[in-house]
Amino acid sequence: MPLTLQEVEHIAKLARLELTEEEKARYREQLSAILDYVAQLQRLDTSSIPPTASIFSGDSHLRPDEPRPALPREALLKNAPEHEQGQFKIPPVFE
Amino acid sequence: MLSLTQAQTLLQRGEISSRELVSACLERIAALDGAIHAFLYLDADGALKQADEADRKRKTVAGEHMPLLGVPIAIKDVLTVEGMPCTCGSKILEGYIPPFTATVVKKLQDAGAILLGKTNTDEFAMGSSTENSAYGPTRNPWDLSRAPGGSSGGSAAAVAAGFVPAALGTDTGGSVRQPASFCGVTGLKPTYGRASRYGLVAYGSSLDVVGVFAHSAADAAVVFSVYNGRDPLDATTQDVPDANIVLETEASASLEGIRIGVPKEYFIAGVQSEVEEAVRAAIQKMAELGADVREVSLPHTEYALPVYYLIATAEASANLARFDGVRYGPRVSGETMWDVFYKTRGEKFGDEVRRRIMLGTYALSAGYYDAFYGQAQKVRTLIRRDFEQVFEQVDVVACPVAPTTAFPLGAHRNDPLAMYLEDIFTLPANLAGVPGLAFPVGFDAAGLPIGMQLMGRHFDEATLFRLAHRYQQATEWHLAKPTIDN
Repeated sequence: MPLTLQEVEHIAKLARLELTEEEKARYREQLSAILDYVAQLQRLDTSSIPPTASIFSGDSHLRPDEPRPALPREALLKNAPEHEQGQFKIPPVFE
Repeated sequence: MLSLTQAQTLLQRGEISSRELVSACLERIAALDGAIHAFLYLDADGALKQADEADRKRKTVAGEHMPLLGVPIAIKDVLTVEGMPCTCGSKILEGYIPPFTATVVKKLQDAGAILLGKTNTDEFAMGSSTENSAYGPTRNPWDLSRAPGGSSGGSAAAVAAGFVPAALGTDTGGSVRQPASFCGVTGLKPTYGRASRYGLVAYGSSLDVVGVFAHSAADAAVVFSVYNGRDPLDATTQDVPDANIVLETEASASLEGIRIGVPKEYFIAGVQSEVEEAVRAAIQKMAELGADVREVSLPHTEYALPVYYLIATAEASANLARFDGVRYGPRVSGETMWDVFYKTRGEKFGDEVRRRIMLGTYALSAGYYDAFYGQAQKVRTLIRRDFEQVFEQVDVVACPVAPTTAFPLGAHRNDPLAMYLEDIFTLPANLAGVPGLAFPVGFDAAGLPIGMQLMGRHFDEATLFRLAHRYQQATEWHLAKPTIDN
């Protein structure tokens, strides 16, 4: 079932991607084709199959939660497009 | 152009200096990388300084315990090296200079390796041809009109072209093995959790693993033995003894006792006949060397592609949320914070990355999660179980790396699904977390390399290396070198 234009716009909004009208049309077509293809998975009865989230899930090895030196603030701010007083700077969140 | 073990030997004997070796690599890169475009960043001055340092250390006690001392290596541009730009092949990280070094790279440095620079990649490792790099494609050294494979195409081409004896890549769905096959080199994808992902810019976190390219299994084993191992900075690295691969130097070892399974699902319509013939001939050769060969079945193979493109994209959609024009990379300005997010991500991510983010976002979104992402995770279990069952019968599985040899640049330009189909034989190993080793076993009529893949049990890279090494002692495919028309 092909995606609607509204669905493409909804996904792009969730993903925080600004798209042109031409891009929306193209992604609509391409994503619809890919979703048609992956829908073959629904043929399989998996009602008794547990999901695999990660191959060795459950035995992740957490290190002791102890304070240790982190990267220096200046080194991290160096890559920021804008910063001020040791903080990342962004435009207003609300208008 | 020297192989890694040749370089090691000459350096140890003092017959060449690291400065001479690095200079020769830099000269070759200067002459030929304009045509190939394997490198996104070359640190020529830094490399020569490191080489001089290595030549000084050679005369010290510490130098005797550094297996890669003075050996030049290239790094795929999705791994961080402090002070070297890291773009991930994307405009969204243009100008980013990481303040820290990936653990696997640090281990190479500690072993004495010289870092020459960063190699080209499909944007965020999403692709099978390196054409999705925002900085232009890499070309296959065997035929400049063809793709080197991807996403680690820069590293594969750098080794094939003789720019470096070894290079690191990453493999989420075949991104080391497929370019190794296309470029006629040996490439390892280790077991998931075998090597640290700290400093690897994440694509699909449950699938990503750092691999290596070299001219032979023996060379790849040296580098893998250095960079693998548990890392407190990556909780998914497993608590198993570090791998230290030691291979027979005498070409007399028998493969007796090793059981090779040939999965019928990997020899299907659509596989180039020359690929099938070369892979079957290589399996026959291994049988002559003592291995026991039998047919096996991995019945859910056909589902690996849809499972992969849901799981990998879902993980990518979450992982790539961090690129928002706030902490690193360029910012496209906007009135509000939200405008900045939409515009920066919309403009700076490339076409394929946006497509995968959208696919993953959809698969995870309310109302579709169970049918897509949830179902993919369950079918992943079936694929994993296929391998568990097969590895009760055999020690390794042998098959083609890819259905075809290197395709022309632009072949899949307007058809993303056709590009995804290039990965059908490499995706299952990532979904099951098992190791895979790709190496050359012949050429097609057009003179392009054909690759074969061995897959093994979790953490049993050693058996893959043993088989491939013995095969390479008995054959010469891995010694063939491209003639590069500049």
